[in-house]
Amino acid sequence: MSGSQVMRMGMSSMQATVVSDRLSRKVSRNIRERAIELVLFFAASVSVLTTIGIIWILVFESYHFFENVPLWNFLTDTMWTPLFSEPRYGILPLLLGTVTTSLVALAVAVPLGTIIAIYISEFASARVRETVKPFLELLGGVPTIVYGYFALTVVSPVLQYFFPSLPGFSMLAAGLVMGIAIVPYISSLSEDAMRAVPMSLREGAYAMGSTRFQTAVRVVLPAAISGVLSAYILGISRAVGETMIVAVAAGMQPNFTMDPTEPAQTISAYIVQVAMGDLPHGSIGYQSIFAAGLSLMLLTLFFNILGHMIRRRYREAY
Amino acid sequence: MNTQDLAAVRGIIQSNRRWDLFFAAAGLLALLVGVLAFVTLFGQMVMNGWERLNPEFFMSFPSRRAANAGILSAWVGSLLVMLVTAVSAVPLGVAAGVYLEEYAPKNLVTDIIEINVTNLAGVPSIVYGLLALGVFVYVFGFGQSILTAGLTLGLLILPVIIVATRESLRAIPVHVREGAYGCGATQWQVVRDHLVPYSTPGIMTGVIIGLSRAIGETAPIITIGALTFIAFLPPSPITDTAPFVNFDWLWSGFTVMPIQMFNWTSRPEEAFQQNAAAAGFILVFMTLMMNAIAIWLRYRLRKSISW
Repeated sequence: MSGSQVMRMGMSSMQATVVSDRLSRKVSRNIRERAIELVLFFAASVSVLTTIGIIWILVFESYHFFENVPLWNFLTDTMWTPLFSEPRYGILPLLLGTVTTSLVALAVAVPLGTIIAIYISEFASARVRETVKPFLELLGGVPTIVYGYFALTVVSPVLQYFFPSLPGFSMLAAGLVMGIAIVPYISSLSEDAMRAVPMSLREGAYAMGSTRFQTAVRVVLPAAISGVLSAYILGISRAVGETMIVAVAAGMQPNFTMDPTEPAQTISAYIVQVAMGDLPHGSIGYQSIFAAGLSLMLLTLFFNILGHMIRRRYREAY
Repeated sequence: MNTQDLAAVRGIIQSNRRWDLFFAAAGLLALLVGVLAFVTLFGQMVMNGWERLNPEFFMSFPSRRAANAGILSAWVGSLLVMLVTAVSAVPLGVAAGVYLEEYAPKNLVTDIIEINVTNLAGVPSIVYGLLALGVFVYVFGFGQSILTAGLTLGLLILPVIIVATRESLRAIPVHVREGAYGCGATQWQVVRDHLVPYSTPGIMTGVIIGLSRAIGETAPIITIGALTFIAFLPPSPITDTAPFVNFDWLWSGFTVMPIQMFNWTSRPEEAFQQNAAAAGFILVFMTLMMNAIAIWLRYRLRKSISW
């Protein structure tokens, strides 16, 4: 029924009364609705603009960087000495620093996070769960600079007490604390995935005589594996992009090594170091942090895509 | 099955139960590691920074002499940056969330925006710093100002607010919308008068969590080149002559709490480490309070709403 028909019917049934203009069609109202939708759409596209901005600035500045430094040198040179009189720009030392600290962090965060997730989801009573979960959330909310301070002033001295040869700055101390910082992300996402496994699977396992532990490890964990793996992937990209802990506690000199007991610099820590100094806009040092940022971005992008593929490959639908 | 077999099966189950106990112990141990880490972290900062936690510390500028140094410019800077962040990110995030949940047609553009929001949440924060350095500082010419820092952190927490908005909108049952449309409301009236008010507690939770993340962010702010030694306050936002507000502070140089702490942490002298501990304590206290409020809000929300 169109608007005009409604109007006519209204007229015929209420001959004497004047039809309220609230029932008449209003063009302005439609225009307003469309305008509002357009405004909301622009708000939503800010996120796309952000991505475009990030990619554009990284590629644009890196392009100028690679005009001066051959890409091949960047990828294969084992020295990163941008502030020397004869600068060399090989990303490998920074990359190794990033990979090593991330591996140490994951060695802590993956076992701890997984055990905590299984415990909270399958073993703990509702009361324990309600107390522990907010606490873990708080742990995840601690600023990373505070974790960095913790690594430098508490964890490093404690490690040195046990291993006197350990230097004051080390990838080990930074990585361990980074692991603690990542645990809440891994545990809360893994727990969500495990809780989403339908009760009937657990009931089936119990009916067959499984214990809690057998049910958790052989039924619930495999059923939730896609979610758990994406939690690990998220942990990895957090570790790779983590900046302040390594900037404070891992030392600031690039080091071509994978030995966690040595100090080293990560890609992110290099960006911080350069940004703290006063590099003129457009200089090659300025461009080098964008090349480093592009490498970091590609690294996290790789893990994000990997996570996406794992989710697709192992997804169990109930 | 005869009784002997039954006894054997029970025996096997009993022996497997030992693993239950073993794992329960492992789980508690893992939790204990987390709790212990937090307690040492917090305890060390309190013990180390305790004597610096006095009113003077809050009312002094940073100084070359550790005993005179304070966090006045840092907490004022943090407050003003958070103001810019909230004012820019909250309306944008809520609007984007409303669009994606209530308006967006199912098409390629919507898919791109959705995938994009998910991926942005995984971009390292230092990359946002590079974006701000390249675009806000040099292309837009905002300089190393409070405005640049606030907008950068605003972009950083945008995904958090969008996701929180969408989730709380999704929790509102369809019949609320149908009822309102049935009374002749337009889509915007439904959104403005029903959906947004009902989802406010959920959105607030997301906003507070986002802001608590922003207040502790260090890397992107260092990247834009914020100064660490700031012994002045930005111009006051409120003036005593008409029009009583003043926006000069947006362009002012600044420092924030985490940068001040980083600066003190990287000095070798013991006295500066004490200042770092005290600043860290205040920073953790602020984020914990914000998180606690968010958790409490969510808890109340879960209890009070039944559609």
